[in-house]
Amino acid sequence: MSTDVADAAGGEGGAPVRAHEPELVQLLTPEGERVDHPAYAIDLTPAELRSLYRDMALTRRFDGEAVALQRQGELALWVSALGQEAAQIGSARATRRTDYVFPSYREHGVAWCRGVDPLSLMSMYRGVTNGGWDPHATNFHLYTIVIGPVALHATGYAMGVAKDGADMAVMCYFGEGGSSQGDLSEAFNFAAVNNAPVVFFCQNNQWSISTPYEKQSRVPVYQRAAGFGFPGVRVDGNDVLAVMAVTRAALDHARGHNGPVLVEALTYRMGAHATSDDPTRYRLAEETAVWERKDPIARLRTYLERQSLAGADFFAHVDAEADALAARVRDGLRSMPDPGPTEFFDHVYAGQHALVDEERAQFEAYLSTFEETTR
Amino acid sequence: MTPPKITALSMVRALNEALRSALDEDPKVLVMGEDVGRLGGVFRVTDGLQKDFGEDRVTDTPLAESGIVGTAIGLALRGYRPIVEIQFDGFTFPAFNQIVTQLAKLHARSEGVLRLPVVIRIPYGGGVGAIEHHSESPEAYFAHTAGLRVVTPSTPEDAFWMLRQAISTDDPVIFFEPKRRYWEKARADLSSPPAALHAARVVRPGRDLTLVAYGPMVGLCVEAAEAAVAEGRDLEVLDLRSLSPIDFDAVQASLERTRRMVVVHEAPVFFGAGAEVAARITERCFYHLEAPVLRVGGYHSPYPASRMEHEYLPTVDRVLDAVDRALSY
Repeated sequence: MSTDVADAAGGEGGAPVRAHEPELVQLLTPEGERVDHPAYAIDLTPAELRSLYRDMALTRRFDGEAVALQRQGELALWVSALGQEAAQIGSARATRRTDYVFPSYREHGVAWCRGVDPLSLMSMYRGVTNGGWDPHATNFHLYTIVIGPVALHATGYAMGVAKDGADMAVMCYFGEGGSSQGDLSEAFNFAAVNNAPVVFFCQNNQWSISTPYEKQSRVPVYQRAAGFGFPGVRVDGNDVLAVMAVTRAALDHARGHNGPVLVEALTYRMGAHATSDDPTRYRLAEETAVWERKDPIARLRTYLERQSLAGADFFAHVDAEADALAARVRDGLRSMPDPGPTEFFDHVYAGQHALVDEERAQFEAYLSTFEETTR
Repeated sequence: MTPPKITALSMVRALNEALRSALDEDPKVLVMGEDVGRLGGVFRVTDGLQKDFGEDRVTDTPLAESGIVGTAIGLALRGYRPIVEIQFDGFTFPAFNQIVTQLAKLHARSEGVLRLPVVIRIPYGGGVGAIEHHSESPEAYFAHTAGLRVVTPSTPEDAFWMLRQAISTDDPVIFFEPKRRYWEKARADLSSPPAALHAARVVRPGRDLTLVAYGPMVGLCVEAAEAAVAEGRDLEVLDLRSLSPIDFDAVQASLERTRRMVVVHEAPVFFGAGAEVAARITERCFYHLEAPVLRVGGYHSPYPASRMEHEYLPTVDRVLDAVDRALSY
């Protein structure tokens, strides 16, 4: 697998990679045609192909529901993953249960595949908690809002995996904007020096809020890996099959004690950066329209229909499931209780801390004066 | 490998013994940082540890402080107990984001699920004639951040025990080592800990005024108290030992005995630990105070070039000047 990854990165023997026209691994064209790639093969059963469609469709549905719920005041903020479903589902479905995943904060499809309830994701964006789920339960770390530091956490975790001799890999999600952070470069270097079993998975959705990729970097993200001494590969991020194949190979490479891999999934952020953002201020509708024609879900649907791998009843069933999921999320969010007024004191430290105890007692005494006056 | 029970040793040696015993007792303990392995650290605190415990336990890292702390966080999430060395105080800042936005907050963010038993050792303070960025006292930044514990020993005995206690703590601990006291030898009892990690301690009892200090300034305050004897003044010296939390009960008890207080630290006075002590004491025991709590420390200037540092840093005379002012009320 290691040589596959290296070759795909445009190593010796391959054509030199040009900055403006990087190689893109693709197994399913935007028109839904299945194509072959010399380094990456994938052979999925019809049921597996349908389940990839289902995961993408359900993710898009609860993600869209969250945008609506933010408009209705139920969420403080939401960051939509619209358009990035193939990058997320394809890569997440390539992981094993035993692998450990460090997301950024937009990896709703990855969370879905790892078994994190969408309501847990939303509890953070509602403002109920700064976390929302137990990372040990799903090997899916908490969302991290500050961009960059988590790459080093993933690398350190992977260094620990290597020390333990465990048969697993670590996935680290970031974006092309995050690639500019120094912590990413430090993580690439620490991972390489320590031969850490980590896959750096960049979703290049081409826009960091209003800043396009050409203002972020002069080279494609995946090419940076070469400078740190490990393979990098660019994949069509809207092609769920290619993403899955490339990520599988990368994870196998890492698990096989061959060190890190950088995967760049070229995709597109179809929505706003967040519900507080207005992309009409900085990008043209024509650009978005071009990417609409490369939609990851429509692409797989076309393939499934043309190959007679799924019929109308399957798509109707998924739609009904999506409706039920959206209804559950809506009801669950609306009835989600607010935290108690002193809960922020609960877990500042693992052990006892005199200042927290003192301030908590003072605040509770203060609050109790209100209880008395209302009696 | 068991250290002798009572012995005279330097703080560097005491820290080395603490690291050695922790590495020996718990296979999850790791030591990592710049030049901590083969060289044994620029101050030799980790001398011989890599030879005895191997490169997998005592690791030379790339020269990147954010990377060191960030990967230590990841290792802690994996179940390890990393002890990180930042080479000098002024080099802490590349790791500041990791410490403040991640290390300090992950336990709370996870609602208590994740533990971050990471110790960050930082040689700090001036008075050693060093070049820029090698003499700073950045403790207030960290004490200001909830989720971190901040401690600083003043003696070899405390250095040994407080580092052991810090390593066994399930919270992140910023462990400030007063580098100007690194080579002073003192008797140390390594058989049982003298106090809890966050307890302050009366170093020298007195009746007329309390000098509150920590780390490098404890010794200076003891000198000042001894000099004051000639003037017929009996000064108490209280070593805070911990800056998050601060043992305010001990500070209050001392103030109620002496009724006057001067806080001394190398860090700039403005927004420093002394301001917090003064405010808390004013709140807690206003009617016991015979004078305002005064502060002696660094000035609101970048740490000066070393030929000027003895003007910038507290001295016995500056401490006694503040004592005079406090006693004049």
